[in-house]
Amino acid sequence: MATAVHQVTPEEANAHPPSESVVVRFAGDSGDGMQLTGGQFTLSTALAGNDLATFPDFPAEIRAPQGTLFGVSAFQINFGSASIETAGDAPDVLVAMNPAALKTNVEALKPGGLIIADEGEFSDRNLAKAKYDSNPLEDDSLAKWTLMKLNISQLTLDAVKPFGLGNKEALRCKNMWTLGLALWMFDRERQPIVDWLKAKFAKVPELAEANIAALNAGHAYGETAELGGQVGQINVPAAHVEPGLYRTVTGAESIAYGLVAGAQLANVKMFFGGYPITPASAILHHLSRLKEFGITTFQAEDEIAAVAASIGASYGGQLGVTSSSGPGIALKTEAIGLAIMTELPLVIVNSQRGGPSTGLPTKTEQSDLYQAVYGRNGDAPMPVIAARSPADAFDCAIEACRIATQYMTPVMLLTDGYIANAAEPWKVPDISGYEAFPVSFLEEVPEGGFLPYGRDDKLARPWVKPGTPGLLHRIGGIEKKAGTGNIEYSPANHQEMTDLRRDKVAGIAIPDQQVDLGEESGKLVVVGWGSTFGPIHQAVRRARKRGLDVSHIHLRHIWPMPKNLEGLLKGFERVLVPEMNTGQLKTVLRDQFLVDAKPLNKVSGQPFRIAEIEAAIDAALAT
Amino acid sequence: MNEMTPIKTTIKDWETDQEVRWCPGCGDYAILKAVQRTLPEIGADPAKTVFVSGIGCSSRFPYYMETYGFHTIHGRAPAVATGVKLANPDLDVWIITGDGDALSIGGNHTMHLLRRNLDCQVLLFNNEIYGLTKGQYSPTSRVGTRSPSTPFGSLDRPARPCAFALGSGARFVARGIDVHKNLPKVLKAAHAHKGTGFIEIFQNCIVYNDDVFAPFTAKPNAAANQLWVEHGEPLLFDGGTKGLTMDVAHLTLKVVDVVDGDWKAAGVIVHDQTNRGLAHMLVEMPQVGFPVALGVLYDDPAPTYESAVVEQNRAASEGKVGDLQKLLAKGQTWQVEKEPHVI
Repeated sequence: MATAVHQVTPEEANAHPPSESVVVRFAGDSGDGMQLTGGQFTLSTALAGNDLATFPDFPAEIRAPQGTLFGVSAFQINFGSASIETAGDAPDVLVAMNPAALKTNVEALKPGGLIIADEGEFSDRNLAKAKYDSNPLEDDSLAKWTLMKLNISQLTLDAVKPFGLGNKEALRCKNMWTLGLALWMFDRERQPIVDWLKAKFAKVPELAEANIAALNAGHAYGETAELGGQVGQINVPAAHVEPGLYRTVTGAESIAYGLVAGAQLANVKMFFGGYPITPASAILHHLSRLKEFGITTFQAEDEIAAVAASIGASYGGQLGVTSSSGPGIALKTEAIGLAIMTELPLVIVNSQRGGPSTGLPTKTEQSDLYQAVYGRNGDAPMPVIAARSPADAFDCAIEACRIATQYMTPVMLLTDGYIANAAEPWKVPDISGYEAFPVSFLEEVPEGGFLPYGRDDKLARPWVKPGTPGLLHRIGGIEKKAGTGNIEYSPANHQEMTDLRRDKVAGIAIPDQQVDLGEESGKLVVVGWGSTFGPIHQAVRRARKRGLDVSHIHLRHIWPMPKNLEGLLKGFERVLVPEMNTGQLKTVLRDQFLVDAKPLNKVSGQPFRIAEIEAAIDAALAT
Repeated sequence: MNEMTPIKTTIKDWETDQEVRWCPGCGDYAILKAVQRTLPEIGADPAKTVFVSGIGCSSRFPYYMETYGFHTIHGRAPAVATGVKLANPDLDVWIITGDGDALSIGGNHTMHLLRRNLDCQVLLFNNEIYGLTKGQYSPTSRVGTRSPSTPFGSLDRPARPCAFALGSGARFVARGIDVHKNLPKVLKAAHAHKGTGFIEIFQNCIVYNDDVFAPFTAKPNAAANQLWVEHGEPLLFDGGTKGLTMDVAHLTLKVVDVVDGDWKAAGVIVHDQTNRGLAHMLVEMPQVGFPVALGVLYDDPAPTYESAVVEQNRAASEGKVGDLQKLLAKGQTWQVEKEPHVI
């Protein structure tokens, strides 16, 4: 079994020079505001017309002890004039705000890459916390990179002096100074950041002014000061993109918007029941501000209540939605079975993180696929959809709402911490271009009488709102008699109902699988799902450029699978399945289609590197 | 309860065609009848009534009510009911649960339902035993209860449902007995209360815990051991010969003899159902040497959760139109006019 332990060699890293793109990583203490810096740099980069992808990488602790190795928070952005689908393998530029940030990130930097280090933070104390025996800025240990030492702390203090802030508060402006320098390096506009700072600190104008001063000072430093030819301005031209209106979007935002859109297209109100959990909470936060869209949000007492209330709301005639991450989904599992049994619509969003148990709360993994497809008691089939990127999550959320309401079933939407937190440019969709799927509540006794568990041509049962006269009925988790829904334990009935539940989900109409890149048959196909789309796509593209016969198929519908998928897979001699787990989709593909799918696995909490997948493609084709 | 136009129904309109499957002699039958008798009297509308239950003998209840009904999963009825009520606040929601369902596996949800004060009625059938799973001791079982899982007697001290409810912030707490004629009256009071109406109903499990409440429910014991409280009336029992007074020195209740009906002279307290402190003392009375307080022990309405949610949703939407296209185009956007030239 292949495992992604391959380390990128300098030759590999430079084999395909991404001349049209640059990778920058900001790393600092978790109190240094690196995520903010990265987020604002992302915004100005998007405004400059570059395509981009980001990777926020932060510790689970809210404030880990200052200066420690485990307290390092990093934000990586890859941007350029070509299509960007990953956050980049190795950074070209590393901004290290302290020794710990340098230590934990420098090995990822490309040979020859630029290190910008705040030497003001390289005190003996901080060096000791980072477990450095000597100061790396002073010895030769960083020789293979380009080192730029700046006393960012002091420069920031000087810049904000006129505003009379305390030392601690003044030093908080360091991230804006650094951002100013980065904006200069890559020729980015400062104005959007200035506007943002003014809005953010509207109530404390002196903080806004101090931060703006730090930003300007960093920018001016780049323009005028002694950079000694180490680095000049790098102009990355705008990417080739379709004309239209663009914005940046994170997965959490686009899922929230997609759910709103899905409920509108279904013409129902939405009820969202949630319980705080990383990295899923952001969806609850976004939706709780959107009351004017007919959304009720409910922060429940626990994960079980969140899903149970959502099921209650679906029974009451709204579209129930709940969201969590692996451990929370585990708690919801029994209730999901109830939704399957009572055949009520429900959307469950799982923002996957590293597991098992509490696992790696802020790191990314794709290890809940078995949980989504198989993880319930009884024969409990449930549709599963997986988003491949922040922008794709919008369409996936709509698709989940469509299936849930049209087929009267819970649907699980898989995303992950990477998609939830990462930002990418998004062409604002024209919502009028989406086909509506309005639900029709049963309001009168149909011809031939009312059957709560009667079936339409899709095998879906009727949705009846309590309060409707003449259609009174009872539902529950006990096996139902086909048609009437009365309690019925008989062997023949259980067989019939189990078959019906299976057939309903198996018969869900989903689009045929497309080949994302390459031919529809050949020597090798790389099959992926979820947030590995970017590295797989780039790796296949690079391999194809080298003349290799390899294609890329990326699944959105994990369960049921597209009808044409078996035929597609069998048109290839080999099937390679890269996953951030120990081989879950691989198992499902083998089980469903009896194909010899080979796994490529990585569970380090970090996304795949393009080079890792490319090496696996080479290996697969070499045998 | 909800403001609604009274509907004319009879007891028959509330019965389903389903065969009732409780053990012969189970107290649940009497409670079912009491509910079916009460609903026509309060003018309830079957189509707007929803019974939500968890798991246990009591939780089969919705199948026997000709209303909307949802037999959910163990302990989660309060959470499901919360979703139902928030989705449609016009519905009249009744939660049917038991001592294990509401206080063991579902204790957390019961607490939060009461704290939020969702407008609904909670009928907690307390039989101090797990009936459906064949007789294990429950969270309300007395210390020393011998059961299949505690052959040498249970060790943990029992939860007291009404004390739990008050401690969770309940605004309506009452007690009834399955077969007692006063049960419909208590049900009506709970329904009239806007907010969570919590009723502990002492229910006899004839198979696994028969006569556990007999010390105060059996006919010969009833008068001396049942104290039916009435707002504005003195706390008297045993045919008016005994009453409850305040032991000021110890800040507790005390049983006193009432001579010639002169309860004032004996210092008997007049029941005030809005007095939370008194309610606490009534539900915490020891089982020995004191009567069991029954009826509406506490009733002091407060704003309900679903009305607050509706109001906040309304206020937050005021003057706004849910324009999705605008929402999507919000924030920092940029326009790409045409393909950029190749450099």
